[in-house]
Amino acid sequence: MQKKVVAKAILYISVIVIFFWCVFPFYWAFTSSIKPDRDLFKENPSLIPKRVTFINYVKVFSDRPFHVNIMNSAIVALATTFFSLLIGVMAGYAIARLKFPMKALVMSLILAVSMFPQVSILGSFFLILRFLHLINTYPGLILPYITLNLPLAVWILQSFFRELPIEIEEASLIDGCSRFRLLWSIVVPISSPGLVATGLLIFINSWNEFLFALTFMQKPRMYTVPVAVALFRGASQYEIPWGQLMAAAVIVTLPLVILVFVFQNKIIEGLSAGAVKG
Amino acid sequence: MKKQGLTALWMLLPAVLTISIVAFFPLFKTFYDSFYSFSLRPGSIRQFVGFTNYERLSRDPRFIYALKNTVFFTVVSVFFETVLGTLMALVVHQKFALRGLVRAAMLIPWAIPTAISSQMWRWMFHDQFGIMTKICEVLGIIQPGTPILGRPGLAMWAIIFVDVWKTTPFMAILILAGLQIIPKELYEAARIDGANAFQRFFRVTLPLITPTIGVALIFRTLDALRVFDVVYVMTRGAVGTETLAVYNRHVLMDRAFTGNWFGYGSAISVAIFILISIFAFMYIKSLKLKFD
Repeated sequence: MQKKVVAKAILYISVIVIFFWCVFPFYWAFTSSIKPDRDLFKENPSLIPKRVTFINYVKVFSDRPFHVNIMNSAIVALATTFFSLLIGVMAGYAIARLKFPMKALVMSLILAVSMFPQVSILGSFFLILRFLHLINTYPGLILPYITLNLPLAVWILQSFFRELPIEIEEASLIDGCSRFRLLWSIVVPISSPGLVATGLLIFINSWNEFLFALTFMQKPRMYTVPVAVALFRGASQYEIPWGQLMAAAVIVTLPLVILVFVFQNKIIEGLSAGAVKG
Repeated sequence: MKKQGLTALWMLLPAVLTISIVAFFPLFKTFYDSFYSFSLRPGSIRQFVGFTNYERLSRDPRFIYALKNTVFFTVVSVFFETVLGTLMALVVHQKFALRGLVRAAMLIPWAIPTAISSQMWRWMFHDQFGIMTKICEVLGIIQPGTPILGRPGLAMWAIIFVDVWKTTPFMAILILAGLQIIPKELYEAARIDGANAFQRFFRVTLPLITPTIGVALIFRTLDALRVFDVVYVMTRGAVGTETLAVYNRHVLMDRAFTGNWFGYGSAISVAIFILISIFAFMYIKSLKLKFD
């Protein structure tokens, strides 16, 4: 009996450690963002803010075009999610259900892209975008993002389509339905859980991407959120407004945190179905 | 059969086209550019130089240093992430109150953009007001007044720490998926045969999740070898923390505007590509892909 109590105690202590390990930086960013500067810049920081101010949340929008950065990220991430799903659904369905030659080769090529070191196409893609005058534009970022996410989309969607009952599809094929009609009017509607799981992963990946955004968006007004936060500047180069920076970090991670809590099962399903990260 | 092939072709075409134009063509161009010498200034003249850029690679101390750093970062971070990730998975596999909440919390480090969480950590590692600096001082890990992110050696460990923070829960979630498919009957059978908790772990659990851990491990290695975000944000590659991707971007995007460095930068890109391809090949093999 005593052994059981000890085991339970160890379990709960471990769980608490894990929980704090995961959320502490976020908690710390939040408390730092609501502390007035005289409390923030103190040698012995307090775990719970003694005085609370929201001035940093006002300043982050008045001192810099942060709302524009949020919009940039939203446009790029939503467009990427839409197009990746559109293209991914078709490719995923073909791989799951149709017979065609060299299937393994096609799938390997698509998967290979997910393992590309992004930096190995960074330079030449920059040249191509410059040639097409697409530096500092949304398409210049959406296009590479679709490619980064396609392998993940195709991979998860094809494994999802495989699980669907084939009888419905066979029945409609006998009724003379074309494969494309079948895909859009029957397969896609019944696969909405899979589409949501895949879409969430694509959205999070695109919202978070840094290297391409840093390189292909060079005007501060075109920065996406991660770039804007990473290149945060104050009045002088050496003085970083940490309170504002933490407020910015909280504003853009809070939606992600909520997304994670609401859709945790969907996300975990997607992650383990793919066992692939973007 | 033939008709199916045609339908498949039309369905795959958008995906194959996008990937060819945005991934394979630039990759080919990187290979091509690596045999030339030119800059990014308008009107820069291309000069064919053969393998000169590759010869230069072996003599570039900064490249060798970045390679060493990358390997060090990869080995150390992946080691800790795998060990701690397995432990974490075993813990959250147990039954306890608020399990759903804790598992959701484990997704947070993964879901927050690395560039942003790195800024959060940079604040915590602030030399004067950072809470991590304070904790390290109290624990006696550093002398009071040591700037962690400004000290060679220490800075790399701080970066590794942040990566371990971010990726351990992610690894745990992948390994957890492997734990959940182990049939309960196996544990009962082992218990009836008189196996204690340790024996059950080493004889039943571990052998059965080893394939999952293996796949996660290779996958993480691939990711760690191309590490960029956390290093760029925390130190910009200063104080001996430069990794291959950071150095490569520096050559391609900073130096190539002032001198004929773009071809050399492309050669670095090719080197990184080859290095990662070796691991990618292992990864694809380990997945045992089968397509009927």
